[in-house]
Amino acid sequence: MIESFFAGLIVGSIHSGTPLLYATLGEAVEERAGIVNLGLEGVMLIGAVSAFITTVQTGSAFWGVMAAAAAGALFNLLFGFLVISRRANQLACGLAMMFFGVGLSALLGAPYIGSRIVGLNEIRLPFLSDLPLVGSVVFHYDILVYLAVPVALLTWGALFFTRWGLSLRAVGENPLAAFAAGKNPHRIQYQALIIAGILGGIAGAHLSIGLAKTWAEWMTAGRGFIAVALVIFSKWHPLRAILGALLFGGAIALQLQMQARGLPVSPFLLDMLPYLLSIGVLAVWGGSRRQAAPGSLGRVFQGTE
Amino acid sequence: MDSQPFLLLQGITKKFPGILANDRVNLEVRRGEVHALLGENGAGKSTLMKVLYGFYRADSGQILQSGRPVQIRSPQDARSLRIGMVFQDFIQISALTVAENIALFLPDLPFLLTRERLFRRIEEISKRYELTVDPAAPVGQLSIGERQKVELLKLLLAEAQALIFDEPTRSLAPHEIEGLFRVFANLRRDGYALIFITHKLQEVLAIADRITVMRRGRNVETLRRNEADAEKLIALMFGEKEVVLSPPRKEARGEKQPPALELRGASSRGQGLKTALQDIHLTISPGEIVGVAGVSGNGQKELGDLILGLETCSAGQKFLFGREATSWPVSRIRSQGVAFIPEDPIQMTAFPWLTVQENMAVGHISKYSRKKGLTIDWEAVRSDLDRSLKRLGFQIPSLFAPVGILSGGNVQRVTLAQETAHDPRLIVAFYPTRGLDVRSAAAAREILVFFRNSGSGVLLISEDLDELFSLSDLLVVLYRGRIAGIFPPQETTVREVGFLMTGSKEASRS
Amino acid sequence: MNSPSGGLQALRKIYSPGALRAFVLLLLALAAFALVLLIFGKNPIKAYIDIFGNTLGSGYGLSETLVKMIPLILTALAVAVPSRIWLINVGGEGQLYLGALLATWGALTFGSLPTWLLIPLITVLGFLGGGLWGGLCGYLRARGWVSETISTLLMNYVAILLVSFFVFGPWKDTESANYPQTPEFSEAAVLPAFFGTRVHMGLVIGLTAMILFFFVLSRTRWGLEMRAIGVNTEAARRNGIPINRYIILLLFIGGGLAGLAGMSEVSAIQGRLRPSLSPGFGYTGFLISWMAGGSPLGILAAAFLLSVVTAGGDILQMTQAIPGAVVNILMALILFVVLARRGGKGAVK
Repeated sequence: MIESFFAGLIVGSIHSGTPLLYATLGEAVEERAGIVNLGLEGVMLIGAVSAFITTVQTGSAFWGVMAAAAAGALFNLLFGFLVISRRANQLACGLAMMFFGVGLSALLGAPYIGSRIVGLNEIRLPFLSDLPLVGSVVFHYDILVYLAVPVALLTWGALFFTRWGLSLRAVGENPLAAFAAGKNPHRIQYQALIIAGILGGIAGAHLSIGLAKTWAEWMTAGRGFIAVALVIFSKWHPLRAILGALLFGGAIALQLQMQARGLPVSPFLLDMLPYLLSIGVLAVWGGSRRQAAPGSLGRVFQGTE
Repeated sequence: MDSQPFLLLQGITKKFPGILANDRVNLEVRRGEVHALLGENGAGKSTLMKVLYGFYRADSGQILQSGRPVQIRSPQDARSLRIGMVFQDFIQISALTVAENIALFLPDLPFLLTRERLFRRIEEISKRYELTVDPAAPVGQLSIGERQKVELLKLLLAEAQALIFDEPTRSLAPHEIEGLFRVFANLRRDGYALIFITHKLQEVLAIADRITVMRRGRNVETLRRNEADAEKLIALMFGEKEVVLSPPRKEARGEKQPPALELRGASSRGQGLKTALQDIHLTISPGEIVGVAGVSGNGQKELGDLILGLETCSAGQKFLFGREATSWPVSRIRSQGVAFIPEDPIQMTAFPWLTVQENMAVGHISKYSRKKGLTIDWEAVRSDLDRSLKRLGFQIPSLFAPVGILSGGNVQRVTLAQETAHDPRLIVAFYPTRGLDVRSAAAAREILVFFRNSGSGVLLISEDLDELFSLSDLLVVLYRGRIAGIFPPQETTVREVGFLMTGSKEASRS
Repeated sequence: MNSPSGGLQALRKIYSPGALRAFVLLLLALAAFALVLLIFGKNPIKAYIDIFGNTLGSGYGLSETLVKMIPLILTALAVAVPSRIWLINVGGEGQLYLGALLATWGALTFGSLPTWLLIPLITVLGFLGGGLWGGLCGYLRARGWVSETISTLLMNYVAILLVSFFVFGPWKDTESANYPQTPEFSEAAVLPAFFGTRVHMGLVIGLTAMILFFFVLSRTRWGLEMRAIGVNTEAARRNGIPINRYIILLLFIGGGLAGLAGMSEVSAIQGRLRPSLSPGFGYTGFLISWMAGGSPLGILAAAFLLSVVTAGGDILQMTQAIPGAVVNILMALILFVVLARRGGKGAVK
């Protein structure tokens, strides 16, 4: 009984955590370049609806994921145009993009509401999937889940071990200094947004064709905002994001498990912990003396952008 | 000795509105030599170097490198000519590590940054010139001295050959200065051409091979080290001056009044680029003008902030009008009658988008708020301001104009009028006549004297030695956050003050 | 005072080139939305007739539009007030929920009190709930620990979860079977409405708050100090203005206003507390305040516009079988047009 509870919990955490992780990674890259995108919710929705429609029309989940990535990137380019080229207020634009994503995905997805598809298949690894306990918990996921941690590692490597990553981080900390060093902050920010769009789109794809295998209006249910909180919680670091995504995903899974079992402890109170922890983490480590947020992003948050 | 200097500046002239910053200046920069550019604030040293580095374009004159004329139109050009400059305010990214900051500036890095290679290159150069710094440390955690090393490493790794340093020892501790000079010696040994801008005599005498003294935009003289000594340099820097002293003030009145300001051993922490104040003992009696001489950047701003209550005392005490005021908030200090005339009113105390009368109201808000804050007595604001302006003989176009559209001089006038409107008992004035025409400057000085005669205490911070000598009842010299000397102006000379301002001599008496 | 009377100024604003430009931008957005509808095979003309006809064309429609405006005015103020000293309050949503929560507690616990006691009580509770939520973030910011943008954003989730906790738990209405909601409020706890429409006292509260705030800002000592902080924070500090106190105060007041929005929604419109109380009023309020640049007329105009748009969503769903959420596209288009034109505030070179 306890076994299946924990097993269910772990499986649930990984399932729920995967889209969160992708979205968080994308947003982390973006914010490291100095741009905060409150419209991540919209990106994920566009990704979700594109993936679903494409999978239904082509019968191929692979093309679904590709479509989601492309759609997310395009969506973010629009955001980029407003925020980078027109220098509009990032927070307001983000919220506008959220509304846009909600509405557009509702319009596009209307004919498909409630359809069911096969979607992303579970991948069975020959020997590993048949291991008694571990097998069922760890080795029964679809491709996007398996790729999530490698993508996180890749993001980490790109940010901290490549010249491009260094330039990106410099732009996010101090665009003037980066400019003085001969970098092109606008170009780098656009690149960051494209990557964030791809990852956000994939996150949405996993939701619609990996988890739910259906489409419903506003099916992200706030996960985009959760991802923004997650970025803060993991202090803008891709590896900590893995942990954070598991934690937040676990909170979602816990809620479901507890409801299923009618347990008395309120899942809502537990759900609050990640957010309170984020604030706590920042308060302790991110005081004005040592800004945890990337320097130039901090200006957005302090209203002096 | 090389035949051709590495860099030769000929006849450089640079004008700004109202100021001739460089007047036909010649300068030779040779390899394997430390060349010091010495002079007071405003002498034109920084401007000259900014012309060399491509920030400014000279109005006339030319620059030659190894005999060939070159065009330096931007810092990019300067860098490609192997000229590098270490500024006072570094453009570094605090959250990134030393190695990352350096890597950002190197154009020829591979895509994958291998720590190994970069670290090795950094360590090579570090060792060679004694610029030891931990490549993996985030720059934000380094001291100013270490950050300076990072700047230098950046330039060396980018293969600069002429290095310009702008006031490099401003925020360094004595042992760090020694370290820096060792670095200079090592660089000189390897044939680099070094120029450093300073106003500190001791340093010049310690490390320079060649010294150029500038005053009022001109190259007064260039000497070799063995031809120079402190006396001669001071004379070149300040010129021979006879100052007219004002008649000594009338003797103190009968009753003993508590001093307007008393600082006992006050010290403050110097965070970041701020100068730490150390053990300041200062007393301003009512009816006294105390002048503070010193080159800008030696603690004047911090002293003002300390008095105003913006900066806390890390040690020592502050007394205002006889009362313990060490931890009073700014509002209380101001409402007790302390006026503050800042160095740069537009940035520091003025509200550009508020009108002149609104600025006045904010400056003394508790005096003008009525009905517990529900309304403001604008009539009183206007009449007080009018009265103060009349007393000063200033004319302002309109009290309803936003301060932001006034000229710089008018902003200064409005600030003076505003601050003196309520007959303050202590006036802290920073460069109060800077930017004013002769008549307004005279009026400003008269008002300071007027208040002194009425029994207020005045702290006058100025770079104008003439002004300080003629107005002060007591003269204080500030150097590196400490008081280098206190005496009545009659008992000292411009030369001695000059020595103290440039750190050449500890005062024999205080 | 030293400026022309407020009314004359208002009139000038309506006919100013700025207003004209705003109108043109709006037309642009409407045209773009019409295009979107066409692409998906819907009739834009009919759609617009339906929307405007139903929201503006009848007394009932107009009153319903006003009803939707009420929380938007309050949440917009919740953002506008702190924005005077450049504080960014993205927490309107959470502050609204907290206000509703505390008001609900009052309504349920003291349900037997007479109206003239209960209404003021829950009003105060609503204000306090949102105010404490906002003030907490203000404190964190004043101490230099956490940026208010981040803290208010995160506290949104906490607030919504808190409400869910109570609604699914201790306050659950046992008679509603599986619907998560509290029992219905007593008659006495319902905010009165006007002339048989659903336009309730909340409108008065919102307009009063607006007038009050702008009065304070322009005439009182505190307003002057706030404006001073907004113009030059460094100078404000040097003149002895207690900046930290204002940070906490303004976020408290802003939060309180959003709390009032929550109170009025739960009391006058819903009659009980549900987790689905707010369809994003807090965020919409942020956008309204931002579009209006903090000006009172601008807030009213933008709130009116956006309530027409959101009402339009429901209408289109009924008359044209377009999913209601689609109207978010129109909202976004309006915002894009303003954002793309406005630009300039971003500082990255």
